[in-house]
This record gives sequence, C-alpha cells and structure tokens, in this order.
Amino acid sequence: MKILVCLSKTPDTTAKITFKNGNTQLEEAGVQWIINPYDEWYALVRAIELKEKDPTIVLHLLSVGGADLDPIIRKALALGGDEAIRVNTTETSDSFYIASQIAEVARQGGYDLIMTGKETIDYNGASIGGMVAELLDLPYISAASKLDLNGTTANLSREIDGGEEANEVSLPVVVSCMKGMADARIPNMRGIMAARTKPLKVVEPVDAEKLTTYVNYELPPAKAGVKMVSADNVGELVRLLHEEARVI
Amino acid sequence: MAVLIFADQAEGHIKKATYEALSYGAKIAELTGTTAEAVVLGSVSDDLGALGQYGVKKVYHVANEALNHLDAQVYTKALAEVVQQSGATVLVFAHNLTARAIAPRLSARLKAGLVAGAVGLPDTTNGFVVKKNVFSGKAYAFVKLNTDIKIVSLNPNAYKAVAGTGVAEVVPTTITVDSPKVKVTSSDKVAGEVPLTEATVVVSGGRGLKGPENWGIVEDLAKAMGAATACSRPVADSNWRPHHEHVGQTGEAISPNLYVALGISGAIQHLAGVNRSKVIVVINKDAEAPFFKAADYGIVGDIFEIVPKLTEEVKKLKGIA
Repeated sequence: MKILVCLSKTPDTTAKITFKNGNTQLEEAGVQWIINPYDEWYALVRAIELKEKDPTIVLHLLSVGGADLDPIIRKALALGGDEAIRVNTTETSDSFYIASQIAEVARQGGYDLIMTGKETIDYNGASIGGMVAELLDLPYISAASKLDLNGTTANLSREIDGGEEANEVSLPVVVSCMKGMADARIPNMRGIMAARTKPLKVVEPVDAEKLTTYVNYELPPAKAGVKMVSADNVGELVRLLHEEARVI
Repeated sequence: MAVLIFADQAEGHIKKATYEALSYGAKIAELTGTTAEAVVLGSVSDDLGALGQYGVKKVYHVANEALNHLDAQVYTKALAEVVQQSGATVLVFAHNLTARAIAPRLSARLKAGLVAGAVGLPDTTNGFVVKKNVFSGKAYAFVKLNTDIKIVSLNPNAYKAVAGTGVAEVVPTTITVDSPKVKVTSSDKVAGEVPLTEATVVVSGGRGLKGPENWGIVEDLAKAMGAATACSRPVADSNWRPHHEHVGQTGEAISPNLYVALGISGAIQHLAGVNRSKVIVVINKDAEAPFFKAADYGIVGDIFEIVPKLTEEVKKLKGIA
C-alpha cells in the first residue's frame, strides 16, 4: 500500500496580505509560511495515522515549487512519512500545471491513495484534487471528513450540500480532506531529528499547459467601522438592518 | 458559442444557488452576444421550462437515473459530452460542494481554464478576466482564462438571481453514462433546512452560549430571520453542535448577505471563514472582543437578554405574530 500526500505552502493564517509591483505580486517580505492547514492537519496527519495502524504502508509527501519549500517539507517529514518529493519549478500559479506535475509523480509511483487538503488558504481554488483525479482517470472523493482503509477498499464520509454521506470505493482513489479527518499534531524532537535524514528527492517538472494567468490583485475596501447600538434599543438594530443595510 | 450553466439538483429539486448561476450565466451571454443554456443531470420533479425565467433559452436534460447521485467521475464525463453537443464555450457553476467536486475535473478533461469562487462578471475588454476571492477573504485576484472553453464557478450570494418571465425549451438529451465507482452507503441530510453555504442570512453561536442546551435562542432568531445556523470552532469541537455547522478557517467558508455572531469573540481563524459576508452583526458582552473591529453593527451586552428581544423585533418587522 502506497500513499501520496500533496502539500502546499501558504502564508500563515494571521499574515497581513499586501501586494507589490502595481498589485501584480504578493509582497512576501515579513510573511511567515506554513504548510497549508488542510494539507497538514487533515491529509498528512490522517495518512500518518493510517501508517501507524498498518506499518507496511509506504507514505510519500509531495510538493511542487522551488527550494524555498524545503523547510516546509522537512517540517512535514518531522510529523511523519518515509520520504518526500519536490517537483522543482517556480511556476506555481496555475492549478492545472501543478496538478499535471502531481499526476506525473503519481503515475510513476503507482500510489493506491492520493490525498490533498480540500483547498489551500491562499488561492482557495479547491481544484488540485479533482484535476489530479481526472488526469489519472480515478474516482475522486472531495471534502472528505473520514477515511478508513479496509484491504483495497476505502470507506469515507464526505460533505454534501446540506449534509453528509458515507462512501465506499475501491482503491486507487484521490481524496481531498477536511475537518474531522484527524486532529492537528505538533512534531516531537525525535521526529524533527529523523526528518533531517529522510530522503527529499528533487525531480524536474514535465511540460504542461497553463490554463490561467493571475493578472493582478485588489484588497477589499476598508470597513467603514462598526456602528454600535445600545443593548436597550434592539429595535434600532433591526431598523438599521432593514432600512440602512437592507439585508432583512 | 453558448454559455452553458450547470443547474445542480438534489432529490429532484433545483438548488437555490443554481438560480444565481443561471442569472449570472444569462448576463454573460447577453454581454458576449450569445445565448444562455442550462444542463440538468438526473431525474427531476421540478418544471425545467421554468428555468427560462432566469434567462436560459434551452435546458438539456439528461434524465438518466445513474446521475441522480453525484459521482464526480461520472458527472464530469456526462457534462463533457453535453458541452460538446451544445458547443458551449463558457460553463458556469454555482460554487457549492458539487461544483468543487466536478468543475476541476472538467477543467482538466477539457483543458478549460477555471475560476473557482468568482465574485463578479467577467471583463471581456481584453480577453476573459474574472475577479475571485483569494487569501481566504483577505484579497481579490483578477484571473485571466487563456483557453477556448472557460469555466466560472460563482461564489454564493455574489450575483443576484433575477426572475423574469421566459420559458426555456427542454431538450431531452441522451448520452452514454458510466456506472459509478463510488458506492453511497448512507446519507445524512438535514431535511428542510437551508444549506449553510447557500444561506443569505446566517445566525452563528459561540462559546458565549455556554452550552448546547442554550441553542434555542439561536434557533429562534434564525427561524425568524429565515437564516441558517452556524457555530464557531470551539463549539463544534466540544460537540455542542454538528461539525458541518462550523464556520471558520478550518470549517466552512461562507459569504451570506448578513452574518449575526452571538457570543463569538472573533479569532482571526473564525474571521477567515466569515469575512466575505456583506454585513456582519456582532453581539458580545465583552466590548473588547476583536470581532467588533470586523463588524458593521455591534451591541455590547448579554446575549441571553438581547437575542430573544431581537427575535421579537425581527418578527414584528416581518409581521410574524
């Protein structure tokens, strides 16, 4: 059994987002980078849990990007996993291009289970898992909140609009992971030491099209500031919501 | 040339988010001088001709029972065939969970650029550029689609559904449909309620509610407002409320017209899930709660006193006895 977990780096949740060069590029100065929380807390930690239950599982981590990813990948390896692969490219703005790189690594590695987070907290595309599944012609379970393996079958729960459903599917499968899958972990000292010597393979990208271009960015208009209403005058709030904001 | 809108259905009924997508797609058709058409997969009990009210001229209906349930792989292949039959060059989805499962697959299958979470109409003065949410609501990006076929997945509440008078021609469509590889073993749907991600008004409770037994006041207010209910992360983590109600960084990201936060302090992770709401109301006993900085309207006070009064005032406004 081979599992591939895809990891992306994103600015820390608390990072202040600004842009440079005429709002065409993210200002990276002062931004702290983390592993995309959905990739780390849910996909990676669940994969580690599965490997803890079945130590014969081979767990590989994959990231697409430049050498600046390496510290993030080491951090992920400190949590668990046997080895990591980085597809060496600075072209990371188009989802299809990235999905093509992941699909190629997946084809080469013959994985039974490919896991991603349900979306990244920077570009919020929620696209990579679906694209990889299509490129590999595999079933895709999106927004999964539970995942168990039973031989060559995966049992999952996934979110649907207005509820949840349980799915059963034969491996191989692509799964995008969300809350419920696993609880966040912090790497321990042993993990951090072990991560230093785990293999981190760097492979070159394959040719792939870019279907989209990010032209420029815009910050949302600043809020006008909060209008406070007295606790003794709740009717006033309802009036404001009805007449001023026109939302009820 | 046409604009083709995927009209999502659940249990035979067209979903509310679809009406926004239909109106949005019809507007794109108008702006680009073409016609808007819709596609419906699976058996439906609704009158599909009525989708014409939202500006579509034609509805391709693939009434194949194998499509009654979403399987991303099967749906994608079916949609790709309809796209081919219709010759559509712009595909529109409502950015709900279904779209998240199939739009990326379709993008890869058709090599069609995808904008996931669009918040405005495309700018076609120089190519096809669409504004979308990025950085979890902290910014917008303008994304250019470089491909012949373009896919836009429209964020909920980003475009107003406008109902007119038209009637669409329903075209029964036959295509080859694969049998699903994913087996649905059980399904748990919250019947009759507005799905959180589609709701225009959301009432949300935090730790300030003190326990699940106190949720009655949240539900009463939500009912009076016609709102969906939500909660903060600690509430879901303590199992006071189901996980699918959790909004925030690691839960659901929502963008209603009105978000009412009761007893939620407003941690940055929570804001990341709700900062796309058009209007935010915060009611909290702590005047220093960080949420007030992100709010449009605020009341400092005891939610247990204020919320029932608020419910009464809303009922008065709406003429509910």
